[in-house]
Amino acid sequence: MTMVSMRKSIAALAGAGLVLSVLAAPAPAAAQNRDPAYAAARASGQVGEKMDGYLGYVTPAAPALRAVVEDINIKRKAVYAEKAQANKATVEEYALTSGCLLIAHTKPGEKYQAPDGSWQTRGDGPPLRDSRCP
Amino acid sequence: MGIGSLFGHRALLALPLMGALLLIGATTGCISVNAPDKPIVIELNINIKQEVVYRLAQDANATIESNPDIF
Repeated sequence: MTMVSMRKSIAALAGAGLVLSVLAAPAPAAAQNRDPAYAAARASGQVGEKMDGYLGYVTPAAPALRAVVEDINIKRKAVYAEKAQANKATVEEYALTSGCLLIAHTKPGEKYQAPDGSWQTRGDGPPLRDSRCP
Repeated sequence: MGIGSLFGHRALLALPLMGALLLIGATTGCISVNAPDKPIVIELNINIKQEVVYRLAQDANATIESNPDIF
């Protein structure tokens, strides 16, 4: 390896390092927690987890909350679509599986949709879930 | 009376024709569009097999954990 090519590769490495650090920097920001409006609506039982893997309205929501929830559902669908493709499944299959897990993850007091379509409040015991749920 | 019976006859003759037209209308109406959308969606959900849900569960769990802002 000549001096020049070594310098070039060192420069390339430094460049790659810079790119990596730039890429790594926003990652913690992306892993931030729930929107406060969403967190509050969830805690107060205005919105709940549906069987299909999306958020639903338990009570009629104000436009501001509606906007937040629709935005989350659009983002969920994008994630489901990407992961479904990676796992050779349909978006609906991946979403339903996620719905199973999200209902299982609800905390006491939060709302979820039972297999009959009704809204239920999560108690201390296991939630009512679809028979196909793991 | 003459005119009345003439009208009566014409109406009687027209009845089967109208019936036929109605039938054609009804059948084409049935064939064309009505039912499809909702039943198909429900069918898809029913067609999701338990084994698929089990296969995807681990990956879905990881996805939920890595996207705490939207779940």
